[in-house]
Amino acid sequence: MSGSSIWEAVSGIIRRDLLLAMRRRSDAAMSVFFLVIVVSLFPLGVGPEPAVLRTIGPGVLWVAALLACLLSLSRVFTADYLDGVLEQMVLVPQPLALLVVGKVLAHWTISGFPIVLLSPLLGLQFGLSGESLGVLVMSLLLGTPTLSMIGAIGAALVLGVRGSGLLVALLVLPLYVPVLIFGAGAVTSSMAGIGGEANLSLLGACLVLSLFLAPWATAAALRIALE
Amino acid sequence: MLQAVALHCSRGERRLFTDLNVKVERGSLLAVVGENGSGKTSLLRIFSSLLPPEQGSVLWEGQDIHQLKELYSGQLTYIGHLNGIKDDLTPLENLMSALSLAGEPCSNNGAKEALEGIGLKRPIHHLPSKMLSQGQKRRVALARLWLSTRPLWLLDEPFTSLDTVATDVVTQRLLMHLQRGGLAVVVTHQEVALPTEIVQRLRLMG
Repeated sequence: MSGSSIWEAVSGIIRRDLLLAMRRRSDAAMSVFFLVIVVSLFPLGVGPEPAVLRTIGPGVLWVAALLACLLSLSRVFTADYLDGVLEQMVLVPQPLALLVVGKVLAHWTISGFPIVLLSPLLGLQFGLSGESLGVLVMSLLLGTPTLSMIGAIGAALVLGVRGSGLLVALLVLPLYVPVLIFGAGAVTSSMAGIGGEANLSLLGACLVLSLFLAPWATAAALRIALE
Repeated sequence: MLQAVALHCSRGERRLFTDLNVKVERGSLLAVVGENGSGKTSLLRIFSSLLPPEQGSVLWEGQDIHQLKELYSGQLTYIGHLNGIKDDLTPLENLMSALSLAGEPCSNNGAKEALEGIGLKRPIHHLPSKMLSQGQKRRVALARLWLSTRPLWLLDEPFTSLDTVATDVVTQRLLMHLQRGGLAVVVTHQEVALPTEIVQRLRLMG
């Protein structure tokens, strides 16, 4: 088991998943459009009062990003499970957890990264200042991979279960709470002039922790799903 | 050598087999036959290490496969009853990504030759796989055998939806593998047209 063959397998998975996403662009676009619509509904519903919008802005943007991530979770493993690719993945002579990292990374690139890129534009609707927009992007850049990592555990656990879409939401949303609090908190505190560094550091810690633990948990759940 | 020692397997309440002992030597093939639901696929999944046996163990060259883990995965090619191919990718892309995932990367030309070996002509190589027939999809999955250097092949109903020509081609490929000192476990309904001295039959009663 050499380092190069591990890299070969992981990069192979990433390349294949990105290629698949290119072939089915509508799937990837769905969660982004969902985010845009949900975020745009709030100014319409709450009214155009700038002070109110500025107060709810960070929370709304973060909750919407979180739901958009949740919406895309079913795509991480379901197709592979149904067409037998997952069986082949489990039988690869490399640690399954590393392959999981590859899959989650590809998934984040397709459905998480566009959210990060789009967020400053959406933040403008809520009258966020330039500095707060920067913190928003940073917080999502650190937060959305964490959401994908945690979400992968849930997605693997509900494989082959009926009504899995709702079940995964129930499993995963409570685990998203810390990320939501630190993420929205970072933007709020930067708006209050305290600076978002403390919350951003905590988000970074969450990311490192989930990168370290989630792949193993996901790999274990995948093995169980295939028994 | 692959060896099953006192295997027990039940799915839910149903007992599929108890105290199953079987040995597959290099250069020979184990054909697992039996009625639907008699546990053929479960046995193959136990051999592949996807399914842990309830009791008993599977030994590869004398060592338990659940201790060997990835070392054992590096010895086998498993083709289940699902083809493991993506509808949105072309046969060529499917084959190449399956092989690079398995740690046996091959060149573009190598993959094309393998697909031609199993009777898929060049124009088909660049069609999305969803446009292929069941038999053609099965051939894409089986094309991996042309590039596999692994000693142990585990095949679940490899001849399903193949026509007689493709069945012969795959059988010839199996024979070549066995003659090179490989071994294979094949779950099948059909007779495998190979010399009887290298085929061992295991009938599961269910």
